[in-house]
Amino acid sequence: MSSNTTDNTGYKSYLEEDGGRKGIFKWILSTDHKRIGLLYLYAMMGWFCIGVVLGLLMKLELIAPGKTLMEAQAYNATFTVHGVIMIFLIVIPGLPAVFGNFMLPIQIGAKDVAFPRLNLFSWYIYILGGILVIISLFGNGPPDTGWTFYAPYSFKTGTNMLPAALGAFVLGFSSILTGLNFIVTIHRMRAPGMTWFKMPLFTWTLYGTAWIQLLATPIIGITLLMVAGERILGIGFFDPAKGGDPLLYQHLFWIYSHPAVYIMILPAMGVISEIIPTFAKKTIFGYKAIVLSTLAIAFVGYFVWGHHMYTSGMSGTALWAFSLLTFIVAIPSAIKVFNWISTMHKGSISTEVPFLWAASFIFIFMIGGLTGLVLGSLATNVHVHDTAFVVAHFHFIVFGGVGFAFFGAIHYWFPKMFGRKYDPSWARTGWITFFIGFVTLYGPMFYLGVKGMPRRYYDYLDEFHGPNIISTMGALIMVTGFLIILVNLIKSARHGEKTTEMNPWGGTNLEWQVPTPPPLENFDEIPVIDKAPYKYD
Amino acid sequence: MSDTTHHIVPYRTYALILLLLLVLTGASVAVTQIELTRWATVVALLIASTKSGIVLAIFMHLKFDQPVYRVMTISVVLLLIVVIVFTFFDYGFR
Ligand code: HEM
Ligand SMILES: [Cu+2]
Repeated sequence: MSSNTTDNTGYKSYLEEDGGRKGIFKWILSTDHKRIGLLYLYAMMGWFCIGVVLGLLMKLELIAPGKTLMEAQAYNATFTVHGVIMIFLIVIPGLPAVFGNFMLPIQIGAKDVAFPRLNLFSWYIYILGGILVIISLFGNGPPDTGWTFYAPYSFKTGTNMLPAALGAFVLGFSSILTGLNFIVTIHRMRAPGMTWFKMPLFTWTLYGTAWIQLLATPIIGITLLMVAGERILGIGFFDPAKGGDPLLYQHLFWIYSHPAVYIMILPAMGVISEIIPTFAKKTIFGYKAIVLSTLAIAFVGYFVWGHHMYTSGMSGTALWAFSLLTFIVAIPSAIKVFNWISTMHKGSISTEVPFLWAASFIFIFMIGGLTGLVLGSLATNVHVHDTAFVVAHFHFIVFGGVGFAFFGAIHYWFPKMFGRKYDPSWARTGWITFFIGFVTLYGPMFYLGVKGMPRRYYDYLDEFHGPNIISTMGALIMVTGFLIILVNLIKSARHGEKTTEMNPWGGTNLEWQVPTPPPLENFDEIPVIDKAPYKYD
Repeated sequence: MSDTTHHIVPYRTYALILLLLLVLTGASVAVTQIELTRWATVVALLIASTKSGIVLAIFMHLKFDQPVYRVMTISVVLLLIVVIVFTFFDYGFR
């Protein structure tokens, strides 16, 4: 493929095609998968800013022992709302809703997803779920259960947990419908010649993710309804006083929520598998191994939920079984890392901004994964469970993983999506500031956890003071980096230099063979695929 | 493609299936009269699964559709079974 075809005069891009609607209706009534992807992006950007502010408030509270900014109750509410927003409104919909919607149909050579109206409907459900979360902030005070809504506290607390749980319930439907849409799209709408093993890897990870969305999400739905039944009707599923079992809640919650962490991370791995070969100018190493490890992660990920409950009082048999399975699920993740590294080996790497995010993803993800193994083995888990160590682990994985992949993805696909260029030097400055801030923020929390600082408290012993100061400094640096990135992208999306270059990075997939920005239905003529993906000669 | 030809199921089949489902519903009520002790749950689940199997196969046309849908459905049920079995690693050994 020649990489710089710029000749695409005389067509209307999806941004110019307004369906005869005006103003905001161009967006909120459009069933174009690309516009819907951007609708999610804008909504998520708003939520993310709120989540970041809440996170920063917590870190400022923790800059010194004792009360600095807020009381214990306010702190509990802050970490709960922070968690609910970040998990249910950002990282779970995250990459599939934004980049999946935008890129999936293009990557498989289709004009749209299988059910465009359902797709728009999913976005409205997403907004409704968000509104419910906002409602939970008023009345009896914001929820204070943590994002996990653990019983029995969740049906005893006097705070407004019900609207928040209902919000998570509603958001689940958005997730299920998106998953369903993607599965049908991938099965039915691939361009001629695009066999399963010619599919781009991002699409593959969306496929694995979609099955998890479809099959695991109903379980959290039922579980949250059970909590509602408990609060409103006092049924007693989880209430020992009525013969119920609080551990049943934890089982049900994690039967969903562990697979949910793979809803978050699989598409992130997909993005990295797109970026690495493009910037190493090398065919991806072990395409099939990556595909199979994606499916293996999606599958085995269903059976490890018990590793969140080692200290809850499960049977001894369950303890070793879940620990064993947890170790097994780490294998396919490691396979991917080896494949990415091997792809870069002897490649001609250009360190453009998307590549920087991808490379730092691998670094951070490995720390997250290896500390996962510390948590996955029984003896060490007892020591660090419910400490700052766990918080550091999942921020390395979820924020360092999904977040870095998200930033990588937006810097990778930005010119294609908006038809404009961003300023690469500001993007670089943002990246390095963010990276340094990130490690400074979460790194010390590993140490604090090992030393015994529990999570979810607004106060701590004097001996933990030093590392907490460093950590808060890290938070300030990271937020600075985030603001640089955000301002650069927003400015560039509005006023950046226009570009119609089809393939600025020299990528090999179909999204680089449609005009920039793509026309309404992506392809004038459905392409016929005759070669394997990621081929560089 | 093959899915453009729709299989038409005669109304009589539907009526018979409805009858069968009603009979099975009666059966699951009836067995509660027998003292089955620890097997009561198993029997109730068996009858219920038979019913949903029939609904899936006939009413939801799995029996007549392409095999891929059958594979999907069966895998999903298997997954659910494994998840339940694993939950009993805890409950069965406390
Ligand atoms: C090598 C793979 C991984 C292993 C072995 C692993 C292991 C664990 C274990 C054992 C815990 C429970 C710690 C405790 O509470 O005592 C945990 C917590 C957590 N992990 Fe992982 N993990 C892995 C990957 C991931 C991934 C990929 C994600 C998300 C994308 C993730 C997200 C989380 C979250 C969110 C929690 C904390 C939940 C909470 O209590 O609030 N982990 N991990
Ligand atoms: Cu887990």
